[in-house]
Amino acid sequence: MSQKNKKKQDIALAKESSPSKDKAMKDKKLERWASIPHEFEAIVVGGGPAGLSAAYTLAKGGVKTLLIERGDFPGSKNVMGGVLYSYPTAQVFPDFWKKAPLERPIIEQRAYLLAEDSAITAGFKDNRFFEEPYNNFTVFRGRFDKWMAGEAMEAGALLVSETVVTDLLYEGEGTGKKVVGVITNREEGTVRGHVVLLCEGANSILAQRAGLQEDLSPGDLACAVKEVIKLPKGAIEERFNVEKGQGVTIELLGEATLGMFGMGWIYTNKDTLSVGVGVMINELSRRGLNPNTVLEKMKNHPALRPLLVEGETVEYLAKIIPEGGYKQVPKLYSNGVLVCGDTAMLVNGVHREGSNLAMTSGKMAAETVIEAKAKGDFSAEALKRYKERLEDSFVLKDLKKYQNVSGLMQTNPHFFTVYPNMARQAAQELFTVNNVPKKEKQKKIIRDIRKKRSLTQIAGDLYRIWRTFG
Amino acid sequence: MNIMEGAFVINIAVCLKQVPDTSEVRLDPKTNTLKREGIPSIINPYDAHALEEALTLRDQVGGQVIVLSMGPPQAVQSLKKAISYGADRAILLTDRVFAGSDTLATSYILTGALQKLMQEEPIDLILCGKQAIDGDTAQVGPGIASRLGWPLLTYVSKVEKISPQAREIMVHRKLEEGREVLRASLPALLTVVKEINEIRYAPLPDLIRGATYAVEIWNNEDLHLDPTQLGLKGSPTWVSKTGTPPLREKGEMLGKDQASSAQIASLLAERLIPDIVVPNR
Ligand SMILES: Cc1cc2nc3c(=O)[nH]c(=O)nc-3n(C[C@@H](O)[C@H](O)[C@H](O)COP(=O)(O)OP(=O)(O)OC[C@H]3O[C@@H](n4cnc5c(N)ncnc54)[C@H](O)[C@@H]3O)c2cc1C
Ligand SMILES: Cc1cc2nc3c(=O)[nH]c(=O)nc-3n(C[C@H](O)[C@H](O)[C@H](O)COP(=O)(O)OP(=O)(O)OC[C@H]3O[C@@H](n4cnc5c(N)ncnc54)[C@H](O)[C@@H]3O)c2cc1C
Repeated sequence: MSQKNKKKQDIALAKESSPSKDKAMKDKKLERWASIPHEFEAIVVGGGPAGLSAAYTLAKGGVKTLLIERGDFPGSKNVMGGVLYSYPTAQVFPDFWKKAPLERPIIEQRAYLLAEDSAITAGFKDNRFFEEPYNNFTVFRGRFDKWMAGEAMEAGALLVSETVVTDLLYEGEGTGKKVVGVITNREEGTVRGHVVLLCEGANSILAQRAGLQEDLSPGDLACAVKEVIKLPKGAIEERFNVEKGQGVTIELLGEATLGMFGMGWIYTNKDTLSVGVGVMINELSRRGLNPNTVLEKMKNHPALRPLLVEGETVEYLAKIIPEGGYKQVPKLYSNGVLVCGDTAMLVNGVHREGSNLAMTSGKMAAETVIEAKAKGDFSAEALKRYKERLEDSFVLKDLKKYQNVSGLMQTNPHFFTVYPNMARQAAQELFTVNNVPKKEKQKKIIRDIRKKRSLTQIAGDLYRIWRTFG
Repeated sequence: MNIMEGAFVINIAVCLKQVPDTSEVRLDPKTNTLKREGIPSIINPYDAHALEEALTLRDQVGGQVIVLSMGPPQAVQSLKKAISYGADRAILLTDRVFAGSDTLATSYILTGALQKLMQEEPIDLILCGKQAIDGDTAQVGPGIASRLGWPLLTYVSKVEKISPQAREIMVHRKLEEGREVLRASLPALLTVVKEINEIRYAPLPDLIRGATYAVEIWNNEDLHLDPTQLGLKGSPTWVSKTGTPPLREKGEMLGKDQASSAQIASLLAERLIPDIVVPNR
């Protein structure tokens, strides 16, 4: 309705309204809101894997929980798919594969080391991964997250969507300062809660504003671009050499990222592929490259092109992945607040794990809150248990183990340029049948390698890799 | 009309249909039917505007907004959403015997529910959308009005005035050739177009209320409607085939370079005579 029309209407109506009526109107609103809860025991900010498993676990544990999501529904801002790990998911949602919307169980994981026109491939295939309890699945976040939200609501969590949390609500001063709720972008938008779980994803605005996370630098963040590509019926089974319904993942290294620190991937969904590439933001800006260019080039690699022919791109997404690792993990708790998932930098870039760390951290935060509720204490001292839980689990153990990988790779860019080419030359030499005796071939390979990198350099590289990954 | 604390108030019922989000619906090219699987459901967009108008009127005049929907059990989602916009009460009409109802049966069921509601409290105004984006017939609103014998105002683009004392409403109707301003006595039924208002961004307490609200469920044991007028049995409409009409071809432009109107006219005649549009006598 235009402003002018609105005004006219108001005038027409005003003839029949009066101050006592306005008061009645306000009373009416208050009457409508009289029976709703005005305070919660836990408020979860963000309906991604971290927030949803937290909300579900909290509600199951009898905690009065409010979940606030910015998008139309949980998953709507996160439409694309990826790999979901069965074991950690089942710890939150037992037997989820019987009910949840999944794409394909993965029975084969491959890795391709790409050089300009060639690929060295390795893989592991096991048909037992096609049986319960499965190993992992491809999923579409939009559908899977929506399902998790349904489970959380059924367990008793309240979900409010299309609402942005803009700030935290505080009380007290100094060391007694504590979080006592959230402020949203809606009218009358403040809600109180004994504890707030920050599960807002990689763009950790609230955690930064609360002084829990420092400003992130481009070296801590990767940019991922991804497409969902629809293939003709039956093409996946044929091109990936699997039986009906079985899935494959391919991780792509080397030329996939044009030699930058990062990784590409192809995952099989029901009748689409998720094809993407993630590269550190500082490398992209140093090389002056746009991530789309990197993805387009990757899709045209001769080892990948045949997998994608006749494909139709149906969705596209660009997103940030926090890759700061262990050293960038923020303060995980404070008075009345806990930090989970991507907001807590819980991403293992080396193994492209994120959703499982998010879900496990959400669950552990929830378990800590359930304990805190029993004691009636939501202070930092009580919530410290959350960090201890993470430290005792694979979550922080794995991140700690790989804490130097990002630094190592970024200070040694030749890992992504020199070695893939070396490997290619060596493989080419070995596999080309040209009547040269194998012994001579090996000598030639070693000569070629030493031209690019001395033996002491190679030994140094190996030592560094062993120190970092071992 | 009812009197509350010495002031007149109006009670408004809104008929709301949950529909598949047609922006995401694809037609099955073989069977020509809608592929409904996996398609998210939304409030019929016109009904969202009907609800908004009801809320605005209530906030200005006072009274209650009661939302009714007939549909499968999942339609509680849309009704909870209506509560989160600020509606006071929501009722789902769901029963196996209602399934497969056409517009005749749908308006019969909705009318039955409205009559039951009116035994509890008076209703002064019923708001419907102009049409549902899936069925598209625009018949349900008029069907209810004629069953109730109430004045019907379709394609309403503006409520100019509502007067509970004088039991009168004045509205603008959007017509192809312009606008019509009409007055009708209350109670009345309106069907609304999207131009009537902009949908609010509701306050947080209403969203929390929507999340906690338990939608009332009515089935035919509550309504006691005549089984022969319900569902497939009560639906004389038979859908034998649906399809998309072919796109209208772009018209041919004539005489862009011709100078005079006489030249253009003769060119037009030349083109039309062979096509036997104008008999060449
Ligand atoms: C061509 C055609 C195909 C059909 N296909 C199917 C089909 O595939 N499956 C099937 O089940 N039925 C089908 N129907 C019948 C039936 O479901 C209609 O959709 C239903 O009777 C409502 O009519 P409508 O959608 O045209 O609503 P309209 O008359 O266009 O709706 C106008 C207004 O009436 C109100 N309203 C309408 N329906 C409801 C409701 N259920 N609850 C509350 N308010 C409501 C809303 O305010 C709405 O804005 C079909 C009907 C036709 C004519
Ligand atoms: C391209 C790409 C591919 C990936 N592939 C995989 C993979 O294959 N396997 C894997 O395990 N992991 C993968 N990851 C990582 C994984 O997606 C994340 O680790 C995981 O989603 C983190 O979950 P989260 O709940 O912490 O955050 P998110 O999933 O980002 O969820 C945060 C939610 O909070 C909401 N939100 C944010 N701010 C606010 C606010 N202020 N108010 C209200 N709501 C808010 C957002 O809308 C969002 O729904 C991938 C990531 C990317 C970008």
